[in-house]
Amino acid sequence: MSSVASTVLTLVLFATYLGIGALAHDSHFSLGWVLGSTLLVWAGPAQIILISTLGSGATAVQAAIAVTVSAIRLFPMVVSVLPLMRTPQTKRRHLVLATHFIAVTLWVECYRLLPKVPRERRLAFTHGLGCGLVAVCMAATTLGYGLAASLPPLFAAAILLLTPLAFLLSTARNCKQISDILALVLGIALFPLVSMLHTGVDILISGVTAGTIAYGVHWWRERAPA
Amino acid sequence: MSEFFGSPQALLILVLAGFLPNEVWRTAGLWFGAGVDEGSEILVWVRAVATAILAGVIAQILMQPPGALAGVPDWLRYGAVAAGFAIFMLTRRSIFAGVVCGEMVLLTGKWWLG
Repeated sequence: MSSVASTVLTLVLFATYLGIGALAHDSHFSLGWVLGSTLLVWAGPAQIILISTLGSGATAVQAAIAVTVSAIRLFPMVVSVLPLMRTPQTKRRHLVLATHFIAVTLWVECYRLLPKVPRERRLAFTHGLGCGLVAVCMAATTLGYGLAASLPPLFAAAILLLTPLAFLLSTARNCKQISDILALVLGIALFPLVSMLHTGVDILISGVTAGTIAYGVHWWRERAPA
Repeated sequence: MSEFFGSPQALLILVLAGFLPNEVWRTAGLWFGAGVDEGSEILVWVRAVATAILAGVIAQILMQPPGALAGVPDWLRYGAVAAGFAIFMLTRRSIFAGVVCGEMVLLTGKWWLG
């Protein structure tokens, strides 16, 4: 639990979920609905997309497509972080809850914190961290929902800027290998180019391309004679 | 209770359009990830792709901002994030300093613009 309290990302999450609670209130969703979305969806950008698309009168199908595209990133995140918390005895079903908790924050925090935890306790550690973060965010959602009417628009803009800012810095802090740094830089640089194609899956195209180039450079450097 | 949760229809939409689209990807990740060795090369690639997709999400929020953030001029959004990143690097990768600085630039800029 001390890890939950000690990380600046918890503060960022708290503020983000204040914003999500307020957004849900302004879009006329019930408190139970938005709390359910925090618990079940557990991905800030997906919740913002879901609430703002549904709130602007889009159909459930349009919202589902937008959310599905935004959630693609969860797939490589889960694949890359699960091996860290697994022991030879761990069954797949033991990892189901930990898998649900994985979103950007838990992903970067696992890379930072798990190496300090003995392997056989990592899964329990992840469960504790995930439950703690969800609890903090449920409280923030409720508070934001209640405060919505008294929040100035400037505050709403500031909260929405937190997501890209915190994502960028927390990912940058976790960059250890050349492939991670290149993937981050190329990923940001390629997206504006790919988005001009308006494919609907721009993020997937730019992400896989940038990631593969970054890995290619890593591969080439590993094999090049020193 | 029904007042707290709203209509059953809204909850159905939450599950179909919110919960399932995210959980499908997580479950797929569990399916593939459970069999991958921690030190394997493919994980380096998968992590690079995850990082790059996340970078795309960051770029998308800045270029096509949601809600109230759309009311902030482009240059101020990019400037705030650039300033935050610069401070982050100068403070030996302090996320706290970077986030606070980026937010300060945004708030000051918006206040100054009126």
